[in-house]
Amino acid sequence: MDLAVKNNLLENIAVPSDGTSAIRHQALYSLHSLGLPTSKTEEYKHTAISRLLEKNFQSLAVSTSKGNVVADTFRIQNLDAHVLVFINGEFDQAQSSFSTKELNIQPLAVALAERKEIVEKYFSKLADTKADAFVSLNTATWNNGLLIEIKNNVQVTKPILIHQINDASKSKIITASRNLILVGKSSEVSIIEKYDSIGEANFSTTVNEVFVAENAGLTYTLIQNDGGQRYQFNHTSIQQESNSRVNCFTLSLNGKAIRNNLQLSLDGEGIDSHMYGLYLLTGDTLADNHTVADHRKPNSISNELYKGVMDGNSKGVFNGKIYVRPQAQKTNAFQSNRNILLSDKATVNTKPQLEIWADDVKCSHGCTSGQLDEEALFYMQSRGISKDSARAFLLYAYAGEVIEKISNETLRNYIDNLVSERLHKNF
Amino acid sequence: MLSIKNLQARIEEKEILKGINLEIKPGEVHAIMGPNGSGKSTLASVLAGREEFEVTSGDVNFLGKNLLEMAPEERAREGVFLAFQYPIEIPGVSTVNFMKTALNQIRVARGLQALDAVSFLQLMKEKMKLVEIDQSLLNRSLNEGFSGGEKKRNEIFQMAMLEPKLAILDETDSGLDIDALKIVANGVNKLKSKNNATIVVTHYQRLLDYIVPDFVHVLYKGRIVKSGGKELALELEAKGYDWIKEEVELA
Repeated sequence: MDLAVKNNLLENIAVPSDGTSAIRHQALYSLHSLGLPTSKTEEYKHTAISRLLEKNFQSLAVSTSKGNVVADTFRIQNLDAHVLVFINGEFDQAQSSFSTKELNIQPLAVALAERKEIVEKYFSKLADTKADAFVSLNTATWNNGLLIEIKNNVQVTKPILIHQINDASKSKIITASRNLILVGKSSEVSIIEKYDSIGEANFSTTVNEVFVAENAGLTYTLIQNDGGQRYQFNHTSIQQESNSRVNCFTLSLNGKAIRNNLQLSLDGEGIDSHMYGLYLLTGDTLADNHTVADHRKPNSISNELYKGVMDGNSKGVFNGKIYVRPQAQKTNAFQSNRNILLSDKATVNTKPQLEIWADDVKCSHGCTSGQLDEEALFYMQSRGISKDSARAFLLYAYAGEVIEKISNETLRNYIDNLVSERLHKNF
Repeated sequence: MLSIKNLQARIEEKEILKGINLEIKPGEVHAIMGPNGSGKSTLASVLAGREEFEVTSGDVNFLGKNLLEMAPEERAREGVFLAFQYPIEIPGVSTVNFMKTALNQIRVARGLQALDAVSFLQLMKEKMKLVEIDQSLLNRSLNEGFSGGEKKRNEIFQMAMLEPKLAILDETDSGLDIDALKIVANGVNKLKSKNNATIVVTHYQRLLDYIVPDFVHVLYKGRIVKSGGKELALELEAKGYDWIKEEVELA
């Protein structure tokens, strides 16, 4: 190979051979030309994820060791859902339970092999392999994941839970998952992606490409509450057609290093998009959220609220891009990123990035970072509430603004309990 | 009940309280008056334990205990209550939840059982009537978007819930129209008993028409320069503070 491989991590990366081989090889080529991001890479300026990976892994080639985890350990109590469990990137039929009455769920590799039109129309059409090395890495190497297809006019009654568990108790684990989600016209679905891991260092990449057709509704919830050894890259691109509704929740409650790309393309009129994020970081955790709301047509709304709490040596990064294309008149686009720093060593880098080419639009953005309000703490203490409780109370209320937007009651209570427990124990 | 001896306090390098002496017995109402910047609110804050003030000298004894050694929440659990001049807005925390946590932490600290939801609601209903406050207000985020009157009424509601032994009202009359003032004063009066005491910090005499003090103290330049009965407040209202200032400068 005449391309300079700058990073040892990219040696020995094998490309599986299947119906997408051409796309895989192209992605590998992009990966080698891009190289892993450094502090000079604009989109990774504040996130030294490559350095962390170099310290902990010899290669980013997908690992083959099987795992053994009881998924129930990490379950969401009482959640009535279609559950699809993956252990070390391998689909675990025995621990999964779902019906295909309302929807089509099949391994993505099988779907792509059987249905050429899906590859041509949808696969690798949204997640740009030339823009992000980890998207390239995932596109070249993914070996598990699903096609979730909802026909027109179907209200999927139960949420779909994709549960990705890494078992790194015997060796370091690297996984690469890929999902393609097609939501038909006037249909409705809720998808939850949950990540857990046990053992030592593990690294996962996931790329989701989601097509939401006219008048359809999607709720997409990402739950990252990992044991502190997981390095995680998640990229989700969603394309919306006219009058569709999307609610995204990105809940990063634990993990070693997290990078999330969430990219919404509002490719129609009358669209309603919401992006909510909550990150609670302690210790040496890093969470980096890069979001995009790309308004391509007139008369749509996007609204974004990301809130973070950082303690210890943790680091938060937020970058929110809003594009309003010339034809996207009458756009409403709002963005807000708020941060609370609880220690002197915790940091946050927040950057709104608005590029507006249309003239008749309403856009606003705001970001704040500061300490917990001392006056409010004193007020609570003066009523007999201990300082620790007062802190937890204030943080809980602060996080509540995001949690209360979760419409599924069981899921909301689950997150609410997790957050409440975390705030009392760790902050 | 409360015995303040030679209390001196400063914020950063600025001396604000320069030797306060005050004795308060159960059942008494004391008004602390004085021109702006005399140290009235600082005295209230120091008693409640606000950390930005540094006590440089003096003692404060409350029911036989050294108040100055206690954290703000410990003071509250001993029975001190400060009604804030500017009540804090706390988004996402309802007054109901806030009070439930406060009351139960105080009860547990006193060796009592925490109230269950039913008993708490019963108590709350009873106290709501006392200060004429609406349940819908209490279900909302604490003080968020409340009018000035609603905030002050909420302070008195909290006071009613916590039943303090010593209530300190810091400029509770500021920003209130006469109707709101009457409601607030009425609430305070109903809560008075022979076992508890009240300190009313105010710039104007107006509030004292409704909460009648047993003693009036004038604070000026960090010291109590004059004490008297309720007629002193009327005299101040009629003559302003200048004659007091002159008396002090002469002495």
